Amino acid sequence: MKPSPFIYHDPRTLSDALSLLGGLDNAKVLAGGQSLMPMMNMRYAMPDHLVDLNRVEGLVGVTHSEGRLHVGSMTKQRDLEVSADVAAAFPLLREALRHVGHRQTRNRGTIGGSLCHLDPAAELPAVCLAAGADLHVAGTGGERTVAMTDFPLGFMTPAIRPDEIVTGISLPGWPEGHGFAFEEFARRQGDFAIVGVAVLIAADATGAIVRAAIALCGVADRPRRCPTAEAVLIGEQASPRALAAAAAEAGKIDATSDIHASAPYRAHLATVLTERALARAVGRLGRAP
Amino acid sequence: MRAPSDGWAGRLDMTDTRRIAVTVNGNTYERRVETRLTLGDFLRHELRLTGTHLGCEHGVCGACTVLVDGRSARSCLMLAVQAHETTITTVEGLSDGETLTPLQEAFKEKHALQCGFCTPGILMTLSEFLNDNPQPSEAEVREAITGHLCRCTGYQGIVEAALLAAERGRKS
Repeated sequence: MKPSPFIYHDPRTLSDALSLLGGLDNAKVLAGGQSLMPMMNMRYAMPDHLVDLNRVEGLVGVTHSEGRLHVGSMTKQRDLEVSADVAAAFPLLREALRHVGHRQTRNRGTIGGSLCHLDPAAELPAVCLAAGADLHVAGTGGERTVAMTDFPLGFMTPAIRPDEIVTGISLPGWPEGHGFAFEEFARRQGDFAIVGVAVLIAADATGAIVRAAIALCGVADRPRRCPTAEAVLIGEQASPRALAAAAAEAGKIDATSDIHASAPYRAHLATVLTERALARAVGRLGRAP
Repeated sequence: MRAPSDGWAGRLDMTDTRRIAVTVNGNTYERRVETRLTLGDFLRHELRLTGTHLGCEHGVCGACTVLVDGRSARSCLMLAVQAHETTITTVEGLSDGETLTPLQEAFKEKHALQCGFCTPGILMTLSEFLNDNPQPSEAEVREAITGHLCRCTGYQGIVEAALLAAERGRKS
C-alpha cells in the first residue's frame, strides 16, 4: 500500500512553508502524520504536494506565562503528556492525552495536527473548546487569532484556509484548585471515543460553583460545548442533584447515529459520562493538581 | 505546476526522489528513495531488514513499530525521507548476536508468541516502555500494548513475559 505520488517539501522556516502553501495547487500540510498518512496510504487523500512541517523552526514547545499555557502547534502529544508545565497549568489536557491513540501515535502526533484534522470524536479539540483556547494562525497575508469556539465549521472542517498554518494554541489558565476531568467511552483503550467529555469547574470559598465548562466529543459532527448544562451549575453547591441535573441537560444534545452507536445511545452516554466527569472534577476542587 | 485535473497520467510521470542517510541498528545507510516510500517499506525493501512486519499499513495493528531516536513509532505512518538523519532501532537491533535481550528471553519462556507476526512491533514498544517504567503493574503493561493486535495469544503470555522481564531487570 503506497501513497500516490506527490512532491515532498520540508521547509525550515514558517515563511518558506507559507510561500509553498500559497503557491502550490492541491498541497497538504503534514504534521505528525497519524491521520493524514493513513488517509494517503488508503488513497483517500491524494495531494500533489506535501508540505512537511516537522523541520520548521519555532513551532514546538510549551511555555506558561501570564496565566496562559502556550503550546506550539507541532508539539508532540507525548511531550505534552509528560510536560511539567502542562501538568501544573492545565491538568485536564494531560488527563485527556492518555485517551489519544496510543503511545506510538502520541510520539509522532501533534496537537495542531489533531485540531486541524478535527475528527468529531477526537479528544484534543474538545479540551481546547472547554478551555476557551485561542488558535494562532499564520498565512501569507499575516497572522490572526481564531477562538476555538469559532474553529469547527462542520464535519472535519476547521476555519482555516488551505494556505494557512496553525502555529500555536493558547489556553487561558483556570484558578488554582479548580476541578477538572476527562471521561470517555471507547470500545478499546486508544480507539476514537464513541462519546467523550471534558469538564472544568471552579468554586468560591463557600463551595458554590462560579465557573463551569463542559465540552463533548463524539456526539455530533463536531465537538460541542454544553452551555445550558454549564448554566445549571452556576451558583449551585456541588451536590449530586445539581450534577445530575447538569448531566441530564448535557444529554439533550442533538446526537448523531452511525455504524458505531445510535443517537439515543450517544445521548445516554453524554449524560452518564458528564455526571461521572463532574463528580470527579468536584472531588478535585481545592486540591493542587 | 500541474493542475489537479492532470489525474493519473500526470501522477505516473512524476517521480520525486531524495537522498537520505539513516542510521539503523548502528549502521548508517545512504540511499536515494522515492519521497512517497514509507519508512516501513524502506526498512524491508531497501535495507532488507524484514524483521519489521507490515500488517494493516494504516496505523492500527502496531506490527511495524520501530524506535525512531529511541521513541516508538509506526513505520507505516512515517515517510523514509522523514527518517533522514535519525537513528532507528528495529527488532534486528535488540539482541547481541545470538544473545537475546531479557525481554526476548521472557517472550520465549512465556510463549508470548505463536505465529510471530505481531511480535517485532510489541518487542519494540515494550523495550521503550520497560526502559521508562522498569516496575510496571499488570494494568500498565496491558495499557502499553493496546496499540498492538495479536490474534494468537490472547495477550496473556505477552503480559506475563513483560512482567517477567521487568522482574529480572530489577534483580540484575
